[in-house]
Formats: sequence, C-alpha cells, structure tokens
Amino acid sequence: MDLSFTPDELTFRAEARAWIYSAMPPHIREKAAVDGHFEMDEIMEWHRVLYAKGWVAPHWPKEVGGPGLDVTRRFILTEELELAGAPALSPFGLSMVGPLLIQFGNEAQKQRFLPKILAGEEKWCQGYSEPNAGSDLASLRLSADDAGDHFVLNGQKTWTTNGHHADWIFVLARTDKGAKKQSGISFLLCDMKTPGVRVRPTLTIGGTYGFCDTFFENVKVPKENLVGPLNGGWTMAKALLGHERTLVAAVGVSARVLTRAKKLASSIKAGGRLLIDDPVVRAKIARAECRLTALKMANYRALASAKLGHAPGPEASILKLRGSETVQTMYELCLDLLGHDALSWFNEPGIVPPQEQWIASNYAYLRATTIYAGSSEIQKNIIAKLILGLPS
Amino acid sequence: MDFDLSDDQRLLVDTVASFARKDSPLSRFRTLRDEEPSNADARTPLGFSRETLKKMGDLGWLGLPFPESVGGLGGKCIDVALVLEQLGATLVPEPVVSGVILPGLAVLHAGSAAQHEALLPPLIAGEKLLGLAYAETESRHDLGRVTTRATRTASGYELSGEKRFILDGHAADGFVVSARTSGAEADRDGVSLFVVDKSAPGLTVRPVRMFDGRRAAMLSFAGVKLAEEARLGAEGKALPALEKVIDYGAACACAEGVGLMNAVLGITRDYISQREQFGVKIGSFQALQHKAVDMFVETELAKSTMILGALAAEDEDDETRARGVSAAKVQLSIGGRLVVQQAIQLHGGIGITDEADVGLYFKRMHVLQALFGDEDHHLARFASLPGFAA
Repeated sequence: MDLSFTPDELTFRAEARAWIYSAMPPHIREKAAVDGHFEMDEIMEWHRVLYAKGWVAPHWPKEVGGPGLDVTRRFILTEELELAGAPALSPFGLSMVGPLLIQFGNEAQKQRFLPKILAGEEKWCQGYSEPNAGSDLASLRLSADDAGDHFVLNGQKTWTTNGHHADWIFVLARTDKGAKKQSGISFLLCDMKTPGVRVRPTLTIGGTYGFCDTFFENVKVPKENLVGPLNGGWTMAKALLGHERTLVAAVGVSARVLTRAKKLASSIKAGGRLLIDDPVVRAKIARAECRLTALKMANYRALASAKLGHAPGPEASILKLRGSETVQTMYELCLDLLGHDALSWFNEPGIVPPQEQWIASNYAYLRATTIYAGSSEIQKNIIAKLILGLPS
Repeated sequence: MDFDLSDDQRLLVDTVASFARKDSPLSRFRTLRDEEPSNADARTPLGFSRETLKKMGDLGWLGLPFPESVGGLGGKCIDVALVLEQLGATLVPEPVVSGVILPGLAVLHAGSAAQHEALLPPLIAGEKLLGLAYAETESRHDLGRVTTRATRTASGYELSGEKRFILDGHAADGFVVSARTSGAEADRDGVSLFVVDKSAPGLTVRPVRMFDGRRAAMLSFAGVKLAEEARLGAEGKALPALEKVIDYGAACACAEGVGLMNAVLGITRDYISQREQFGVKIGSFQALQHKAVDMFVETELAKSTMILGALAAEDEDDETRARGVSAAKVQLSIGGRLVVQQAIQLHGGIGITDEADVGLYFKRMHVLQALFGDEDHHLARFASLPGFAA
C-alpha cells in the first residue's frame, strides 16, 4: 500500500503547476486570484491556451487529439487547474458529447464535430432537463417527429447551461411516443442557428447568467445528426454519465477554497485578534480539512483502481455526492468568516476587499452542485439500489 | 499510488476473516460478556479466552508489529490494521491492541534490548498481557499531563498516584505506567515509563466494566517500590515514545472501527430488507434508503482514511504522523458515530434492546471514538500543526 505519487508523477505535477501559472493571461490570473466569475470569452481564451498546449482534452484518446495522459496524470492536471482557479472549461463538448461521439458516433460525426470541439471553434450545451422532466429525466417530452430525411423538434429544454453562447446542443428527444418512457428516446445533435430555436438566459441566485431555457418550434434536425441507434438515447445518456468518474469530486476546487478560508481567517480581525487565532474557528476549519482529506483518500482509491483498469468500485460512487457537498461546505465556511462583509452584493471595488467580493456569489450559485449532474437524492437512490441492493 | 493488497496481505485477511466468522462470531462476544466470574476471588469475568489469545500468538498475529529480532514478524501498521478490521467485524474480544500491541510498542520504543528480550516474547506468544496506564483524572487526552509521581529512592523509585481505565487491565500481568520523574504537571520533559508487576505491594487493581461490555482496571499506586531496571529508557524522556504508541492505537481504533462500520451497515441493510410495515419492506422507503446510503458513504470514507492513518502512524516525521492519524481519527469519530446512531434508528425499537446485535456495535464504536484522542482533541491537534494557517 502506498499513498504517494511516483517521482515521475510529481515531476509532471510540478511542470503542470508552473506551466498553468505562466500560461494564464494576466487578466485571467487576476480574476482567478479572487475566484471571480469567468465570462464565456475568458473561458474560451483559456480553452485556446490549453488547446495550443495539447491539454484541452486530457481524457481523449490520442488518435482523436488527446494528449495520451494516463488516468493519474489526468487527475493531477485537473487538480492543478482547479487549485490554480483557472477558468473551468465548458464540459458539454469536451467531457460530454465529445467522449460520447468517440464511443458511439459514426466516422462522419467524429470528423465533423470532434476537431471543432477540441479547437474551441464550436461551443456546446446540453438539452436534457425539461420543465416537467428534472430528476425524472425519462419523462421528457421534447418531440422529434420523423419527416423523411430529418426530424422535426417541438418542445422545451431547461437548465441549458451556456445555451446563450452555444453553437450546438445535444438533446434527448422522444422519437417514439408509443413506447414506454426510456425506450422511445433518441440522442440528437442540433445546430443552435436552426430556425425555430430560441434561447432565454436565466439570471441565477449567484447574480450571474449561467443556464437558459431553450425552446424548439418546428426545428429541423437532419437524420445524420442522430447518435447511436434510433430510440437508443437512454443508453447514450447513461454512458455519458459514466465518463471520468475519478474527476467528479473536484477535490482541487475544495482545496483551493479551503486555502481561501484560511487566508481570510488569517486576515480578518474580530474581538482584538485574528479569526484564525479563535479556537472555535480553527476547529471548524480543521474539521472541513479533515473531511476533505477523507474525500481525497477515497478519490485516490478510485484513481488507483482505475489505473489498474478495474471498473469503478463503491468508493467512486460517493465522489460526486460527497465532492459536491464539500465544495459547498468550503464556500459556506468562507462566507461565515466574512461577518458583515458577507452582506455586500456586487458593489464597486473597495467596499469589501477584493478577495471577499466573489464569495457570496459563488456560495449562492454553487448550491447548484448538489442538484446538477444527478442531484444528491438521485445519487443516493442509485447507491441504495445498485450498491446496497435495497428493495424497491 | 497503490491500494491493492499484496498476496501475503490477502492471505492474512482471509485467514483472520475466516477465524472471525467461524471461531469468534458476534455471539461469542456476547456469551463472554455475560459470563459469570470463574471463581470467587475474581470480581469480574475475563471476557475473552486465554487459549484463543495463545492461538493468535501461534498464528503470528500478535507478533505482526514487532521486529523479527524480538520474535515478531516485522509487519507494518497497515498489516495490523487489516487484521483488526476483520476482528472488528465480529467484535472479537481478545485484548490484541490493549494488552499486547500498545504496551509492547511502548516497551519496544522506550526500552532497552534487555527489556525487549525479557518483556516482548511472552506478549508476542500470547502468554502474558500488559496494560498501558496513561490516563489520569485530569489528563484527558494530553499524554504529557501526568501527576502520578515516581520519586527517586536509594535503590530506585517510589511510585504514587492514580491511573484510570487501563483497557483489559483486569487481566494484565503487569502494567506500563507513565509517571512524572521531574517537572511540573504538564511539562513535556520529565515523563518516564515504568513496568510494574500486578502484584507489586502498594498497587491496587480495581476491575471495572466499560460501556461496551469489555473490562478495564483502575490503578492506584501507594508508594510502590520500583527498581532502577523497571524504567523504560532514559529518565524523563518517554513522552515522544508514548505519543507514538497512542497514535498507533488511534490508527488501530480506526481499523477496528471500519470493520465494525461495515458489519453494522450489513446487518442494518439486511434488517430493513426483510422487515415489513405498511405491507412493504421498509428498506423500500426512500427516507430509510438515504440514511443507509449516508452510512455507506461514511464507511467508505473511513475505510479510505484508515489506510492513511495506518501509513501515517509509522511515519518518521512527527508532523506527518500527527496530521494523518488525526485526520483518520476525526473521520472515524464523525462517520462512526453517524453509522451506529443511524443503525439504531433504522432498527427501530428492537435496536434499543440489549438482545439486538446492533447495540453491541453501537457501544463499541463509542468506546473507539473516545479512545486515543476524541474528535475535539484530534481537531485541535490537527489545527495546531505547523502550516495549518496557510
């Protein structure tokens, strides 16, 4: 048993860290230093920097433009990017539809879409949820009617993050209305510029724009944009969730925010002393760090198992569940440290110190982490059924 | 990074698991717990079997953490942890940690070669037991806060003071005792370790029952005369060795705790999968399923930190040791408590009865989380390490 990384892996970590720092454009670095919200043009600027380095899609196989990094190096790179606070790249192309096309797409689809995802020339969004199909995804109603050489889409998708910036959307649509729930669904790719597609961005509780409502009115999608078999969309949807499960815990993000909490506590005074010198505050931070340590160890176990080519074990199933909660805990910790400064909401510089200005926004928006990509309750349902084997 | 067991480790785990299942199922612990004293002199039953302990010695389990030079197997703390995880699953009551490993490691770390030779082989063989006496009324988890005094005499020392809750001390043949040879009550310097025979004049051993159905002893030393040779190592310099031993104990508690948490999760899952109310299995209710998943998550996290704790416990760097062991013990306390409390809740009323097995685990977990530093202690220590404040 060995918890340490190999010397080669540590060298890779040091190189990655140094490179990330030097490669980040100054205005991005400045924002990263205060955990600021990155706009899409900043995210895409960083995307292109990573693309030029060959690191934009660490998990893609070499033959489609991946860097050929092993699972441990992918984890290290991701963790370093998170620790640096670099803009999180949009996952919908790189981590979702990209890997799905690699696995299930035909040659034409791969050649048409993958290079542009990689280069950041086309941005993607995800059309899964609908107003009446959230956690109960299979009750979705967006219809895709057969019209010869194309489908005609009618309906609405919601929570389409980055929909207002996206060039393409991948949707789950109902292609067989007679079939039972899961079995009548297909996975389609739709150009956002197609007539009849309308996007309405939604302001989030974080005070920033993130997700959208996307409406489809007689939208034509050519049949060549069907991925996988007709009515086989549910299988696609499930496969998509299975990619890169060792990265979902976002331990680098939590570690970065924990460090921010410590720095805040070391700079904010109360009762004539720094917060970090208050044993109650110290114990609270220590508890959060111990919990993060436990999560990190579970993540390492999953990683070591993936490295040996094993299917993700039970330890991997807890990563999304606990990882999302941990990120929230860390921001909550920061928010609590701010005292009255936590009351400030997007004021001009100087009202609160720069390192404090984004915390309330992040805290609020990141309540989403336990809701998106399968809510905590859905994760628990899955564990209860598939791992604990509890009766249904 | 490697979390796979070696072939040797796998074999060891299988052997211990099979022993726990066949030779010491949970019912054995219950029977031994409820036993009457074997003779009129004994105020308490033994609670375990000396023959079984001897068998564990023969199998080499007791010698695992000790070097080959003293008859041990030269194993690592992680090997010991793997054994304890299995023993924890059925609450095997033999005093492996309390009576052999921890006092033995104290002798190993603090004592001379002659003391190793005299004291360790009978421990490793399962023929003798020692108790580790460090806790005092006001020491709580601070090993350096020692009021028991060893005063110099012409021929050695005279020991006076009180020690509390020496685990399995009712059955110990002797004790490793921390005592102050110089300095004030909380000085790091001036703490020495002594080996005291159970029949030493002036020593009173008072057996007590513990929360989890096991036994301990309270010791009172009234001018117990000790020879110079009874002292382990240099006078007044024993605290670092004792701290190492207690951290090893904390890692052991984490390992036993993980075995226990797994077992509790299993019996609770089985229970809610067969118990019916409202015409359905209660395990089909989402409210109960999610509690069971919370138990599962904490168990997985504890399993991960148990490995961290066992590896850290032997780290030569004191800070790395403290950081890893404390993080593991904090997880055991938070997660362990959640698991056993929810297990009782999911069992419903039957979980409150002594007859239900879940209560045995519940109580043992509370003992494990209180021993060798509780959550508050380890959080405070973790937060006091250099570099914590970033």
